Amino acid sequence: MNNILQAIDVHKAYAAHVALNGVSLDIPQGSIFGLLGPNGAGKTSLIRIITQITAADSGEIRFRGEKLNPGHIAQIGYLPEERGLYKKMKVGEQLLYLARLKGLSKADATERIKQWIDRLELRAWVSKNVEDLSKGMQQKVQFIATVLHEPALIILDEPFSGFDPINANLIKDEILALREKGATIIFSTHRMESVEELCDNIALINRSHKVLDGPVRHIKDTFKTNTYEVEGKGRLMVIHPDFEVLEHKERENGHFYDRIRLHHGTTPNDLLRYLIGNVEVHAFREQIPSINDIFIRRVQETMPESLTEKELEVKR
Amino acid sequence: MEKIWLIIQREYLTRVRKKSFIVVSLLAPLLLAGATLGIAKLNAPSSADEVAVYDESGLGLLARLASTEDTRFVPTAAASAEAATAAFKQAKPKQAALLVFSKDFSLDKTGGVRLLANGNMSLKRQLNIRKAVNKAVGELKLTRSGLNQTTIDNLKADVDLKAVDLSQQGGRENNAGLTTAAAYILSILVYMFIFIYGVQVMRGVAEEKSNRIMEVMVSSVKPFQLMMGKILGIAAVVLTQFGLWLMLSYAITTVVAPLLMKPAKALVTTSVSTTAPPASDAAVAAAEAPAVPQPGATPNIWSTLEGLPIGSILGGFLFFFLGGYLLYSSLFAAIGAAVDDQTDAQQFMFPVTIPLILSYIVSINVIINGDPNGPLAFWLSMIPLTSPIAMVMRLPFGVPLWQLLLSAVLLVGGFIFTTWVAGRIYRVGILMYGKKVTYAELSRWMFYKG
Repeated sequence: MNNILQAIDVHKAYAAHVALNGVSLDIPQGSIFGLLGPNGAGKTSLIRIITQITAADSGEIRFRGEKLNPGHIAQIGYLPEERGLYKKMKVGEQLLYLARLKGLSKADATERIKQWIDRLELRAWVSKNVEDLSKGMQQKVQFIATVLHEPALIILDEPFSGFDPINANLIKDEILALREKGATIIFSTHRMESVEELCDNIALINRSHKVLDGPVRHIKDTFKTNTYEVEGKGRLMVIHPDFEVLEHKERENGHFYDRIRLHHGTTPNDLLRYLIGNVEVHAFREQIPSINDIFIRRVQETMPESLTEKELEVKR
Repeated sequence: MEKIWLIIQREYLTRVRKKSFIVVSLLAPLLLAGATLGIAKLNAPSSADEVAVYDESGLGLLARLASTEDTRFVPTAAASAEAATAAFKQAKPKQAALLVFSKDFSLDKTGGVRLLANGNMSLKRQLNIRKAVNKAVGELKLTRSGLNQTTIDNLKADVDLKAVDLSQQGGRENNAGLTTAAAYILSILVYMFIFIYGVQVMRGVAEEKSNRIMEVMVSSVKPFQLMMGKILGIAAVVLTQFGLWLMLSYAITTVVAPLLMKPAKALVTTSVSTTAPPASDAAVAAAEAPAVPQPGATPNIWSTLEGLPIGSILGGFLFFFLGGYLLYSSLFAAIGAAVDDQTDAQQFMFPVTIPLILSYIVSINVIINGDPNGPLAFWLSMIPLTSPIAMVMRLPFGVPLWQLLLSAVLLVGGFIFTTWVAGRIYRVGILMYGKKVTYAELSRWMFYKG
């Protein structure tokens, strides 16, 4: 596969702690890549190395096969989680300024600003000071500033924070459109549902180590537990060595809901045959782990002592 | 390089376009001109101190007490010293003091003269009066010894001491007043500009940090570029402001002032021509001329400046101001980057502002009130932290070229060093949030990698 960005054995340590410990990543061209991990795992450190805000202690980042250098800055667009704009500057001027700092000519920048302003319905706000805009509007301006120079690699850190659902959708569509045009997007977020929705590949970083990476579908397959959900009517009493009931719920009118795990190479069809002999089956489906489940499971496996599921829930 | 230019442009334009900048640029010269006129008017000796004289000695000293621009002696009609004192107490606001020659005052004794005043008299007034009394008594003694008045007048020494500065080409006439004034004004300008605009740099950095735009910016430009762009952009603002002030005050003094000053001009010449008038005449002249010359506001200030080495002063001023500004503002930028909010900035501002303030105060004492070419003045104008102010203060007095060059080189070295240090702190500080910074922490930042 053609990788736009490769991180090879990246180490980064600060005075008090190690932020990245031998992290390697391959980010395929034209994909949306989810960079996940609990707070303080080292995601921001990695992003700051990619955007050349800081440098790695050791290891290498390759952009399109070349060692990362200042020439690549113009090809990277970065929307940091801690973001802001000059409050007393007009929206139009601000965008022009930020675009020109990325190396765009004045004419090009003006032209593109016009297009984006219209696409995101900001026309009326162009000559207003940023401080007069609502937070959502400011986020839109910020998003435009990130992609204005048409970077090949766009890094978005929590891009949906501060948006209402309508605008979040608008931005999501723009992100997908950017991928259609060939851009690669690194997407760092704690909102797992948007990861499921958007990401082609993910990497999970925990305590400065990469603990998981790969295509989302593949990861989900590996994390499948051979568990099936069954709904139906009747009295279900599973007494079978190959079928393990993980959960059993009785509902009104003799209905039930069960989660059953298969063992010893039995197939779903075996379970289905067994069920049909005993009860009336209304629904039968494989339980596919969500990214959320995988995230929590993997994080707990890699640091069981410090965070419980509950704490993670709170952190999200 | 193009990026730093963009940053300079933004910093410059956003500031120059502000209403406050335009207002200050236009109003300051007017205010300054108004203030100098006002001060000149207040200082004008139009109201000479009136000193009542009661003479019991019978020596006729009153006629010999020469009134001057500052002091006017008037007789009292009182019959006794007590009555004179009472009368003086009544006339309190009008008369500054009462001079009493008692009965036992004689030319051979030193005692017997009292000066009465309500409250403390200023030293200058006392000196003026003492001088007049000594002169009167001295003249009286000469008369008594048999000399006639003409001989005495001829004997009077009136030497005009002209100090000439030989280090200047052709031996420039040394105008101490003008030189001192120039030294004061130039150094206070440097001090003010460094302070005001240094703090602006700090605020600008702190604002970028609290706005959270830093990370967006440093993903496109190097932190050092961002810092230098801001510092240089603001420097351009200062130069613009300074240029505007210079132009406007030139315009005011050459175009507007002569129009306003025309009537006063005639008076200036007359009062100057009446040199050394007899006592009574002087009192009359002073009474006749309420609008006496205002030295600070003589129509063409610029022609009087010809006595100073304008070229080297202006060039030196610009250089040392810019050098000092770069040196201090980079330190201010580092403070802005290191702290989370303005209140934390105080503790770090202290060590930066102290040398600035001290160099101003010490320089005044050492250079203006002391020896402008003495060893302490030399060292003050060599150390980069103090040289911007000290050297500018020395400029009007004339500084040897080698000292200027050495100081300039040291200053350049100084600001390269501080911008380097500041750049290291800045780079780490701008992305550091929610951390209480200490000096130990700051020094560690300087050695962080990349």
